[in-house]
This record gives sequence, C-alpha cells and structure tokens, in this order.
Amino acid sequence: MELKDIIKPENLVYKRTECLTDKVLSYCPGCGHGTAHRLVMETIEELGIQSETIGVASVGCSVLSYDFMDVDMTGAAHGRATAVATGIKRCNPEKYVFTYQGDGDLAAIGTAETIHACNRGENITIIFINNGIYGMTGGQMAPTTLLGMKSSTTPYGRESALMGNPIKITELVAQLPGTYFVTRQSVHTPANVRKAKKAIMKAFDNQKLKKGLSFVEIVSNCNSGWKMTPVTANKWMEDNMFPFYPLGDIKVDGELVKK
Amino acid sequence: MGELKLMKGNEAIAEAAIRAGVDAYFGYPITPQSEIMEYLASEQPEKRTGMVLLQAESEVAAINMVYGAASTGKKAMTSSSSPGISLKMEGISYLAGAELPCLIVNVVRGGPGLGTIQPSQADYFQAVKGGGHGDYRLIVLAPASVQEMADFVGLGFDLAFKYRNPVMILSDGVIGQMMEKVEFGEQQPRRTKFDEPWMLTGKTPDRPHRIVTSLDLEAVQMEKHNLDLQAKYKTIRENEVRFEEIACDDADYIMVAYGSSARICQKTVKLARESGHKLGLLRPITLYPFPSERISQLADKVKGFLSVEMSSGQMVEDVMLAVNGKVKVGHYGRYGGVIHSPEQVLCGFEEFLSK
Repeated sequence: MELKDIIKPENLVYKRTECLTDKVLSYCPGCGHGTAHRLVMETIEELGIQSETIGVASVGCSVLSYDFMDVDMTGAAHGRATAVATGIKRCNPEKYVFTYQGDGDLAAIGTAETIHACNRGENITIIFINNGIYGMTGGQMAPTTLLGMKSSTTPYGRESALMGNPIKITELVAQLPGTYFVTRQSVHTPANVRKAKKAIMKAFDNQKLKKGLSFVEIVSNCNSGWKMTPVTANKWMEDNMFPFYPLGDIKVDGELVKK
Repeated sequence: MGELKLMKGNEAIAEAAIRAGVDAYFGYPITPQSEIMEYLASEQPEKRTGMVLLQAESEVAAINMVYGAASTGKKAMTSSSSPGISLKMEGISYLAGAELPCLIVNVVRGGPGLGTIQPSQADYFQAVKGGGHGDYRLIVLAPASVQEMADFVGLGFDLAFKYRNPVMILSDGVIGQMMEKVEFGEQQPRRTKFDEPWMLTGKTPDRPHRIVTSLDLEAVQMEKHNLDLQAKYKTIRENEVRFEEIACDDADYIMVAYGSSARICQKTVKLARESGHKLGLLRPITLYPFPSERISQLADKVKGFLSVEMSSGQMVEDVMLAVNGKVKVGHYGRYGGVIHSPEQVLCGFEEFLSK
C-alpha cells in the first residue's frame, strides 16, 4: 500500500479545524496556547457558531490570537477583556462572546474587570490560560506564580512576605452568584485535552441558556519562561502547579462542586 | 417645533442620547455629572428604545465597555468628570488607535488630583492635545448652553461615525448643572444596519474574519497607520471647524472663550462697549479642530486677543499659534473651581490693554 492509497477522505480520522487560520502560530514549541486555541476553535466549528461569535483577545502571549482564530475579534487593552466583552454582549445578546486571557491580564491588572463581569453574571465565556508567569514580557512574576518559584523579577524565588501569595482567582470567582460554570483543566496529555474540550464545549453551550458566566481555566506550561524543556515543564507542572491548582470542575450549573 | 423642556445640561444630554437612538451608555458616578446616568436610569431607556444602560465598576471598565460596543458598530457613549476622564484616557487612546466611533462627555471640574467639584475648564489640554498616549486627536465639541448639550449628542455621533473617531463633549459644571429651556427633536430610530467593513458582526463564509485592534508590531506598518490617522485629522481640520462670532465686525480687540466662559464673556462684551471699548468675542464651538484660520484672519485687522478660560491658560497657547506674533495675546481667567464674573473679565481686559 502506498501513501496515496492511505490519504483518502474515507480514511480521515482527524483534521485541523477550519476555524483556525493558516497563519503559523507565534507560540514557543511545547506551549499549551496552541492546543487551547485549537480546542476553542473546534468547539466553535462543531457548534456551527462561527458567524455568531465575537472574540476578545487580551495582552500577553496571546495578544495576536485574533490572527490565528478565524472569527471576528477585537484586541482589548491589558486587563480589560471582560469589560470589552461586556460591551459587546450587552449590545449583541444573540452573539456568542468569549475572552481569551492569561493570568497577568485576568488576575493582576484586570482583577476588577474579571470579578465584576463574573459578579454581574455576564453571559459570556472566559478562557483563562494560567501558566504562572508573564510569558510575553520575558518571564516576570505573575499573580499566579507559586511560592518559591523563580522568575526574572523573583530570581531567588517568590517569597510571600515580600511578594504576596499566588492567587486562586478561579476559586474566587466560583463564589460569586453570577458564575454558572467554573472549571480548571489542562491540555498537556491527550486525556486532559479531551476533558478540556468537553469543558469548553459546555462553556459555549451555556451561553444559549443565558444563565451566567462560564469560566474555564487551563493550567498550562511555559517552558520558555520556566526555562525548561517542554517535557520537563509538563512534569514540573504536574508536580508543582496541580497540587496548588487542582484540576476539575469547581462549579457546575450554578452549584459549587462538593469535594 | 420640537418638544420644549426646562432641564439641567446633564439631563439634556441623557434625554438627547435616548432620542438620538444611542445604543448604549456605560458610566460610573462622579460629581458634577451623575445626573446623566440617574436621568437615564429613571427613563428606563431599555423600554423606550432598547438602549443599553449599565453602571460599570469603574471609569476604566466603562470606557472599555464602550470600546466593545463600538467595535460591533453600535452607538456607544460614556460620561464622567475630570478625575474619571483621566482614568478613561487609556481606553480613549485605544479607541482612537482602533478608529472606533464613540461619544465621551467630560463635565469638567477643578483639578489637579481630586481637585474640587466646582466648574473648571482646566482639561482643555487633555481633551484637544490627545490626553492618552500616542499621536491621536479627538474631535472636541464645547457646548455653551443646555440646548447645545442636547444638540451635540447627535452631532457628536454623526462626526464620530463619519470619521471613525472618538468625539468628546467638553462641558463643565456650569453647563452641566444649570437649567435652561431646551428643544428636543423627534425620536430617531436606533441603527439597524451594520454593514460597514470594520464592524464585528460575526465572520460569514463570504468574507475574511475582521479584527479591531490598535496593535501592529511592525514599526513601518504602525507608521503607515499613523500617517493615515494624520491624514484623517487634516481632513477634519479642513471640514469641521465650527465657531461663533459676537460683535467681531468692528472690534479692536477680541476675546476668545468657549463653553460657560463664553456665556460670561457675552456680558463682558456689552459692559466693555458701554465703557467705549470695541470688544468682540470669538467662541470656538469645536476646540479640535480649532478655528485657527479665522483667528489668523482676524489678527490682520484687530489689535489683540484675550483668551478667557477657567484655567491658568491652556487655550491661549492655540490662540498664540494662530496669531503667530501678528498682535498681542493675553490670558484672563479664574480657576480651581472659581468662576469669573463679567466684571472681573472686563477688569482683566483693561489690565491687558494697559500692558
């Protein structure tokens, strides 16, 4: 059997979603952003809502996500994505609106916007990539940087007395009555990718129900910022990030999940 | 004739916004302009026209909600007063960079810092020179009456959409708080067609996806964007200058004043003429674009200009640039929340004459 006999439509088991553009991703090899992008765009394709979706990119590594995601999008100022999304959704309630934000954007400079959009129960989807570091600006401490973790602005490790503690913004927003679905996922193994996909699908599905805000955190690696190989970064993430940021649903259908 | 009402300037803006078919107002309370959002809330615009009204968690959030709404082609506005406008400046720069139309109302109070809640015109520089970061301009309208507060909402949105540029109504606590007779036009329908190629409406198979952004990491591309912006501002300067002249035909000297200061100076013109001074008044209605050309023409036939502002002298710099040394230029004004009287302006004028 030759290659051309194998490459046939009937043998197709997987293909790249048409809701991603052909532009080459700007992310470092091994980074979780690419997979997260794909999952969001696959979801939009599978729901058939490309023509009804407006996305909001944020400031950070994913600042150019609108170049890769083949939907109408705007770029928000640093931290302001959920306010921008609020403006879009309030004026266009029939549209599907999502933000795609990193930890510095969502949980430091944009904390007020995040909390209040969640508290108002804006009927939007927030995709939150938490890699515990500022990737784009070169590996500085993020609000989610773990204690003891080294970054370019905590070269000897984060100390709580000096630099405060890592913030669990996801658990925080789960307490607000406006959030309907809050979950924490990862995309570092095929099994986790499948779970994350289900969560993102649910988060977009929820917009139809108009019951409130869906918040999907994806704990991701940043091998460049962490100064590790991709494989080591994923292992480090399992050993260090997951114990502090445990994976799983935190709030489902407006009810906190009992642990 | 439209409907006549007796209203505060702030309330007139709110009523005019509903009648102009504005899609959304996002705001945050601050004195002396809170009546705008309060009036809107009491009118239930969602029932009258379907207009969205939302009290945001901050001025920062409010201007970014405007950015979001504007990126989908909606007529969105916000209002605030000086300290709040400073907070909005980041968002205003992004709106200007992304070329999004919107209306921002600044009911100016005395500063700097938390300042005072009394009227002022000390935000002139911030309004007309950019204000936020980067090379950009707002179209700035300066109402001098409650009627103009109402009229400039519709005019502001017309200009904002014509040029895809944020428009600011630069008012102050006097115009915002005083009550006058105001005539309103008929209810205008809200926009239903969103067919311009920059509006985010959802990507359909017949077109590429649309991106609204102020970012371009390529310096040469960003320079091109800046050149396009500058060309637009030049068109605005050539086509949108608005001003009013009072007793300028035979004037030896002309005061330049806008907003509430112009109202005060109208009385000063009368007082001065009773004392034998041939004094006129030029009232810029657009502060950007500034009536530089007209001032330059008048500089060929008058002996001097006095810029009368409730600030330590900001617009006077634009008057000087326009006059370009042809005749003398001075400034008079009380500030920090103090309002000058017509008599004080006359004293200031006589002092200017003696210099």
